[in-house]
Amino acid sequence: MSRIASVFSQSGRKALIPYITVGYPTIEATLKVVPLLAQNGADIVELGIPFSDPLADGVTIQRSSFHALKNGVSPQLCLDVAKKLREKVDIPLVFMTYYNPVFHYGLEPFCSACVGAGIDGLIIPDLPPQEGGSLEAIARKKDIDLIYLLAPTSTEERIKLVAERSRGFIYLVSVTGVTGARDRLPADWEVFVSRVKELVSQPLCVGFGISTPSQAKRVARLADGVIVGSRIIQLMESGDIQPVGEFIKGLREALD
Amino acid sequence: MLPDNRGYFGDFGGRFVPETLMPVLNELEIAYKEARADSTFWAEFEALSRDYSGRPTPLYLAEKLTRHCGGARIFLKREDLAHTGAHKINNALGQGLLARRMGKRRIIAETGAGQHGVATAAVCAMLDLDCIVYMGEQDIRRQSLNVFRMKLMGAEVRPVSSGSQTLKDAINEAIRDWVTNARDTYYLLGSVVGPHPYPMMVRDFQSVIGQETRQQIVEKVGRLPDYIIACVGGGSNAMGIFYPFLDDREVKLIGVEAAGKGLDTGRHAASLVAGRVGVLHGAKSYILQDSHGQISETHSISAGLDYPGVGPEHSYLKNTGRAAYVAVNDKEALEGFQLLGRTDGIVPALEPAHAIFYAATMASSLDKEQLIVVNLSGRGDKDMGIVAEELGVKL
Repeated sequence: MSRIASVFSQSGRKALIPYITVGYPTIEATLKVVPLLAQNGADIVELGIPFSDPLADGVTIQRSSFHALKNGVSPQLCLDVAKKLREKVDIPLVFMTYYNPVFHYGLEPFCSACVGAGIDGLIIPDLPPQEGGSLEAIARKKDIDLIYLLAPTSTEERIKLVAERSRGFIYLVSVTGVTGARDRLPADWEVFVSRVKELVSQPLCVGFGISTPSQAKRVARLADGVIVGSRIIQLMESGDIQPVGEFIKGLREALD
Repeated sequence: MLPDNRGYFGDFGGRFVPETLMPVLNELEIAYKEARADSTFWAEFEALSRDYSGRPTPLYLAEKLTRHCGGARIFLKREDLAHTGAHKINNALGQGLLARRMGKRRIIAETGAGQHGVATAAVCAMLDLDCIVYMGEQDIRRQSLNVFRMKLMGAEVRPVSSGSQTLKDAINEAIRDWVTNARDTYYLLGSVVGPHPYPMMVRDFQSVIGQETRQQIVEKVGRLPDYIIACVGGGSNAMGIFYPFLDDREVKLIGVEAAGKGLDTGRHAASLVAGRVGVLHGAKSYILQDSHGQISETHSISAGLDYPGVGPEHSYLKNTGRAAYVAVNDKEALEGFQLLGRTDGIVPALEPAHAIFYAATMASSLDKEQLIVVNLSGRGDKDMGIVAEELGVKL
């Protein structure tokens, strides 16, 4: 069982998965905040490798990505940061990025470097299963989980395809839209999650637009985990990471 | 026939998009397949191409340019005479009809130079569809005339302030809108780029340029041309004129990219000449990127060529050697721009001015029996402000 899969084998516990952009607002902040996330109840951390053209992201993560890129954050630097974090925390770490930086690094070298850095999984929103075959084959050999996504527009056929191919868990995009904190959950999210649940047995984690403990609690009634990103990025803007710790703690309490 | 059923031209193309869009692209592909096989769809496309867009556009022997160069005869395919002033209307019309057929009334588009935005705004007005055009703030400044034209035809122009504020960022923003409104919105993409089926679909609608050229040159000269030359940003006008000639090996195809301030300055937009294979906006193709796989900021005097990617079919034609790709810089494009005005009284857009410059240079070195066709993809009215500024003229 992969480290990610074992997160979901603890009965009753809902997985809390925060996202941060590596190097936002600084590398030091990233190195400090991940242990803080782990201490306060995060089960998996998503480390965002910034990309110049993040077309699945809303303004908050666009801004953190551009800021990090300006600070010189590269995929190699993210690997170095992950390696340092691996020495500090035991929870699974997954990279979230777009396909071009990975393709440019080289699929095999990138996966090898991920293994060296203690990365457990990859989430690549612009890489659907139809295009993911090559990376998937390499990742599987190296025991890295390639996590695919589903969206409210996904048909039954696609749900089955992703269920067959995704490893670790399935990332459910709660809304037709980009990432970003929203006041309320989309109207049809429950219909969507239930529809997927009927067809698959893998753990389902819901992300996009979840930004409060009460939203997280509602989502976790149906899903196996919640992913929270933009709200954390907003809290990190000042460079003071303490509010992030409090926020995660609040989410953890809501989920338990 | 290419692309294959996964949307690949050899190693290039595909469908690298967020999951939300995958079912939408499947739906689009099926709708297009049905339309493609439906003769009534093409009958309407052809009737409107004739009565609305003004097709066929003429093939004109540029006698004075030919004499000036003193070599090969140069013919111009006059897409500048098409309605809204560029070849973009062909694709906007085709996709507009497809959107209406699919029952999608909200149309979004991106634009660089504004020509695709103007064409889309016109077609939406005519077909009674809602139209939203995303345009980079830098492009809005340098192509303000086209912004005004779009608004006059009822389109909403949404400024894009992220990244380099040019075409690349306008496409990002259009895709974000599309992901958000996937169910009821039709994305009317303006070039042979993007995920499958766009590169194929846009090529098909634009290939009317090459079909007409073929018939016209045979009527006029009795044979096919030796060279076809077209500018390449995303590559739709080039693909449109190249496509019907792909099997005619004796016809040499040359795409002209923007060398901007010079290929060695890094400030250019020559993806095929100087790029590396990567994935941008849903397709694998040649892309300008840095050593970490981040997409480069590009530069060209012409907003329509100022794009770090290129259509996947061009990447395929480059790798197979069927087409050759070269680059012409800002200064040379400005020369081409002025040259054609002086010789033949035709002011080209800055985009095809790149192709004019290359063709003129090349013609001089060829003998008089040789034939060159240049795709004059658009007219230069929109560029008066920029050119005046470059030449130090106050309007």
